[in-house]
Amino acid sequence: MLSVIRTIWNVFLHSFRRRVTIQYPDEKPYLTPRTRGRIILSRDPDGGERCVACHLCSAVCPVDCIALQATEDENGRRYPEFFRINFSRCIFCGLCEDACPTYAIQLTPDFEMSEHNRQNLVYEKQDLLISGPGKYTGYNFWRVSGVQIEGKDKGEAENEAPPTDVYRLTP
Amino acid sequence: MGTIYIDGKPYEADPQNNLLHVCLSLGFDLPYFCWHPALNSVGACRQCAIKQFKGEQDKKGKLVMACMTPASPDTRISLLDPDAVAFRAGIIEGMMLSHPHDCPVCDEGGECHLQDMTVMTGHDYRRAEFQKRTFRNQDLGPFLNHEMNRCIQCYRCVRFYRQYAGGKDLNAFSINNTVYFGRNEDGVLENEFAGNLVEVCPTGVFTDRTLKQHYTRKWDLRMAPSVCGHCGVGCNVTLGERYSLLRRVVNRFNSEVNGYFLCDRGRFAYEFVNSPNRIRTPQLDGEAISGEAAEWEFQNLTSSRDRLIGIGSPRASLEANFALRQLVGADRFFAGVESKEWTLITTMIDILKRGPARSPALNEIEHSDAVLILGEDVTNSAPRMALSLRQSVRQQPMEIAKKLQVPLWMDDAVREVVQDQRGPFFISAPFATRLDDIAAITYRAAPDDAARLGFAVAHEIDANAPPVPGLHEKMRAMARVIADALKKAKRPLVVSGPSCRSLAVVESAANVAKALCGFSQPAMLGLLTPECNSFGLALLGAHALDEAVALTGKDATVIVLENDLYRRLPLEKADALLGSAARVIVLEHLSNTTSARASLLLPAATIAESDGTLVSNEGRAQRYFSVFPHQAEVRESWRWLRKPQWSSLDDVLSDLAKEVPQLAAVVNAAPSSKFRVDGAKVPREPHRASGRTAMTANLTVVEPKPPVDPDSALSYTMEGAPLQPPGALQPFFWSPGWNSIQSVNKFQSEIGASLRTGDPGVRLIKPSGKGEYFTQIPSHFVRREREWLVIPIEHIFGTEELSQHAPAIATLAFKPYLALNASDAGSLGLANEGEELEIELGGAKHRLPAKILPDLPAGVAGIPNGLDFAFGEVFPTWRRIERVS
Ligand code: SF4
Ligand code: SF4
Ligand code: SF4
Ligand code: SF4
Ligand code: FES
Repeated sequence: MLSVIRTIWNVFLHSFRRRVTIQYPDEKPYLTPRTRGRIILSRDPDGGERCVACHLCSAVCPVDCIALQATEDENGRRYPEFFRINFSRCIFCGLCEDACPTYAIQLTPDFEMSEHNRQNLVYEKQDLLISGPGKYTGYNFWRVSGVQIEGKDKGEAENEAPPTDVYRLTP
Repeated sequence: MGTIYIDGKPYEADPQNNLLHVCLSLGFDLPYFCWHPALNSVGACRQCAIKQFKGEQDKKGKLVMACMTPASPDTRISLLDPDAVAFRAGIIEGMMLSHPHDCPVCDEGGECHLQDMTVMTGHDYRRAEFQKRTFRNQDLGPFLNHEMNRCIQCYRCVRFYRQYAGGKDLNAFSINNTVYFGRNEDGVLENEFAGNLVEVCPTGVFTDRTLKQHYTRKWDLRMAPSVCGHCGVGCNVTLGERYSLLRRVVNRFNSEVNGYFLCDRGRFAYEFVNSPNRIRTPQLDGEAISGEAAEWEFQNLTSSRDRLIGIGSPRASLEANFALRQLVGADRFFAGVESKEWTLITTMIDILKRGPARSPALNEIEHSDAVLILGEDVTNSAPRMALSLRQSVRQQPMEIAKKLQVPLWMDDAVREVVQDQRGPFFISAPFATRLDDIAAITYRAAPDDAARLGFAVAHEIDANAPPVPGLHEKMRAMARVIADALKKAKRPLVVSGPSCRSLAVVESAANVAKALCGFSQPAMLGLLTPECNSFGLALLGAHALDEAVALTGKDATVIVLENDLYRRLPLEKADALLGSAARVIVLEHLSNTTSARASLLLPAATIAESDGTLVSNEGRAQRYFSVFPHQAEVRESWRWLRKPQWSSLDDVLSDLAKEVPQLAAVVNAAPSSKFRVDGAKVPREPHRASGRTAMTANLTVVEPKPPVDPDSALSYTMEGAPLQPPGALQPFFWSPGWNSIQSVNKFQSEIGASLRTGDPGVRLIKPSGKGEYFTQIPSHFVRREREWLVIPIEHIFGTEELSQHAPAIATLAFKPYLALNASDAGSLGLANEGEELEIELGGAKHRLPAKILPDLPAGVAGIPNGLDFAFGEVFPTWRRIERVS
C-alpha cells in the first residue's frame, strides 16, 4: 500500500523535472562529432581522395561489409577503383576508422539512414565521398609517404633527404 | 645428433646445422633477414642475435649471430635474454630509420617479412628525427616493380640473382648508407628467374608488377594448390583469385620439385586465364547457346558411337583425356601430337620404364655432381630445371669445403673455398645455351653429331655399348674426358629431350645412362617433355595425330580436346582432318584456328577453374585444384565429356585406375573429395578474407550461398579446419606472426626438408630393367650446298602456347628471325643482321630477318619454335635460304 503511494508521489514529482525526451524528428538532438553513424570517405586538404585503397578497413570490419578494389593513376597514386559499404550489415563499431592510416574513412553523427528497400543501403564510392577533410583537417598521407606521385618527386616528402647519388663513391 | 640447451631446456639438434636453422626448425620465432633457407648464412644483417653461454656456470654469455653459429653439442643459448632482445630491437630500429611511411600503399603490406620481424621485435615508434634517405627507382621491365626506398640492405636479392641464378645485370652499387640494388641502367632484368625476387626480397623493393594491375592483399586472395602447366617440369604453385579474376602466382614449396623458386614463365603466365580471348559461352554453328543446350547437343552428336574420332591433348589433364578416350574408344583416341614428336615422347617413356636409370626430381638434379646435357637448351625448354642444374656444379668443389671442415651453410666461406671451381658439366647443343657459363666443355653440333658424341661417351664408359663408326679422333678425346668425369662422379646425371626433334639424341643419352648404371653408381636420366602432361598422355596410350587424318570422313565426328591442331599439323592436313568431317566439336579455353572451325564449341575451364592431374617429366603425377568456381556456361573438359555415372572427379579417377593399371597410382596424388581435416574441409580463403557481405552487394544485397566444390576436399570460403592439411591440399602458407611466404618454415618437417604432412605427388615411373643399348648411330652430319638443316629454337617467352596470352610475357616474346652462323651468312652475301632472308615454310615463302648465331654449326639454320607459319613443319628439315635482294 505504502509503496504504491510512494510510486504515485514519485511520478507526480517527475512532472516538475527537466524534460530529456526530445520531440524527434521535429526536434534534432545534439550529437558529438565522434558519434558513430553513417560512414563517409573524406578528402585531403588539397582536395584529393584520401583513401589509398590499403584494405585495412575491410580487413578489420567484423561483419565484412566493406569491399573495394585498388587501382593507380598514371602517376602512381593509388586509390579505390570502387568502394562499397553494405550498411544493412554495418554495426557502426568504428573499427574501420581506427584502422585507417589516412583518416579517409570516418563515422559521422548522421544516423538517419532508414530505407524501405534494403538494396538502397548499399553505398558506392560516389555516395560515400565528401568534398572536405571531415573531422581530421590537415593530414595528407601522400606528403608523408615515400612513394612518388604527381607533384611530389622523390625526396620531397616530409622529412626526406634528396635522392642519393648512386654514382657517389666517397663515404 | 647432439643436445643443445635453449633458455635452459634441452633439445635435440644436428651439429651440422646452424643455430638459426635449428631454432626455426624447432618452431621458435627468431627474426632474420639475410639468411635464406636456399641461400644459407652470411651474417650480414645481425638480426638473428642470441646469447651464447660457455657453460652452465656462465651467466653473462656473449651475443652471437644464430645463423653463423654451429649447433655443436652442449651449446647453451638464450633467445629471451634481455640483452639479445634489446639488441634485436635495436637492429630493427636502425633498419627502420630511413624506411618510408609506405605500408598502406606497399604491395608487400600484409605479407611483408619486414613487418613481421618488426612486430616480432616489438619496435613500434620512430624516435629518430633526421631526414630519411631516398632513392630513385628503375624500370625493370614488365614483371617487377622497383621501390628502392624500402630496402634494408640485406643483400638477399643480389645473392640470389648473381650467385644462385647466375644473373649478371643486378648488382649492389654505391657505398655505406646509400647502397643501391638495381641495374646499371633502366631495363628488363635479363635473368629467367628474376621473378623470384618478389619472394626473396623480404621487403617491398621488388614486387609483382602484374599483380599491381589488379592489386589484392594476400589476406583477400582465395588461394588453391596448383601445378604450373607451362612446361613439363610440373612446379608446384599457389594461385590467388578475387572477383573471379586470377590475380597472381606464387611458389608452393615442394622439397622434391621446385623447392623455393619458380621460373618467370611459370610465375607470370597466369594472365592467360583472364584473357579477352577466352571462350565463355558454348556456340553451335557460331550462335551462342546455353550450357544445358550445349550438353544436350553434345549428347546428340556423340550418341552414334562408331564414327567418333577423339583428339586428346598433352596440355589437358589426365582426367579430360581419359574421359575422351572412354567416349570414343581406345582405338579412335589420338594423342593430338604429330607422329615424330609422339614417337619421341613414347620412346622416352619406354627408356625410363625399361632402362636402369631413374628420372631425377629437381632436388636430385641439384645434388648431382656431374652432368652431361645432350641437345637441349634447358633454360628455354624446361626453365626451372636449369636453375637446379646450375647448383649442381657446386657439388664437387663443396667437397673441398667439407674436407676443410667449413660448414656448408656458411655461404661466404664456402664460396671463398670454391672460388671459380666447378664440377664437371658438359653441354652438347646446336647453339650457345644459357648454361654455357658453367660448362667445362660445350660442343656445338648438328643433332646427329650431338647424338654421335653421346654414343661415343657411352662406348667410352662401357665397351659393350656400340662404338661410333668413323669417329674423329678429336671427338673421341672429348668423349673420353666426359666419360671419365661421369665415371668418377657419385651421382652422375644425363639430361636430354625432344628439342632437337632427334630420336638419336635421346637414344644416345639413354645409352650413356645405361653405361653408367652398369659401371656401378645409380646414374640419373632426366628427359624433358614438351608439355605439362606429355607423359600422362603417353602413359594413357594414344595413336599419333597423323593417323586420324586417314580415318576422318563425311560420317565422322571429330572431337578436339584443348588442342590447336594448326599448331600440330601442316595446314592442309589439319584442314583435311577437320574439313572432311561431318561435325567438329572443340573443347577449348581460348579462341584459336581450330576453335574457329568448330560446329559445336564448348568452353573448357582452365587450370585455374578446374581440378585434374598432370604427369611431369619426372613421371610425377600431381593434382591441381581450382581456385575459383568456373562461370555458369563453362565446364571442366571431363564434365562435358563425362559418362552419366560420373558425378565428381573421384568417379573419373577410380574408373581411370581400373581401366589403365599403369596409372592406378594417380588416385593417391591427392586426397579424395571425401577427405576431411578434423571433420571439415580445407579453406581456400585465409580467415582474414574481407568483404563477404559487400563484394556482390551491388548486384543484390542478398548474400549468395557459398559455392560448393563437389570435386575436392577444399572449400571455396574461409570455412573449414585451419590445420595443416596433407601437402597436396595446402592452399597457402600462413602462420601466426608469419604473414609472408617465409611462413613455409612452420610447415616443414625441418627447414628446407619436406612438408610435415608430406610433399605432394606420386611417382608413376620406376626403372625396372637393364634396357638394351640403342644401336642406330647416325652418320656424321654433312652440310649441303645452298640448303640448310633448319632446327627449331626454344624460347622461354613465346614458344609455349598459353603463356603468350599473358600481356607481360607477350611483351618479352621473341621477335621472328632466321639464325645462321657468321660464315654462312657471309656466303649468302649478308652484310648485317636484320637483313631479310627468304625461306619456304609451311608451304609458302616467308621473309625473316637474319640473326647471326656465331655458334650455330655450318649448314644449320635456326628459327624460333612458335612461329605461326612454321607450325606443322616436321623439324629438322632441309630448306633453301635466299637473300632478299
Ligand atoms: S583503411 Fe582508409 S585508406 Fe585504407 S582502404 Fe580503408 S578507407 Fe581507404
Ligand atoms: S616493405 Fe613492408 S614495412 Fe616497408 S612499407 Fe612495405 S609493407 Fe611496409
Ligand atoms: S632490395 Fe630487398 S633483398 Fe635486396 S638488399 Fe634490399 S631489402 Fe634486401
Ligand atoms: S619451370 Fe616450367 S613448371 Fe616450373 S614454373 Fe617454369 S614453366 Fe612452370
Ligand atoms: S639472419 Fe643472421 S645475421 Fe642476418
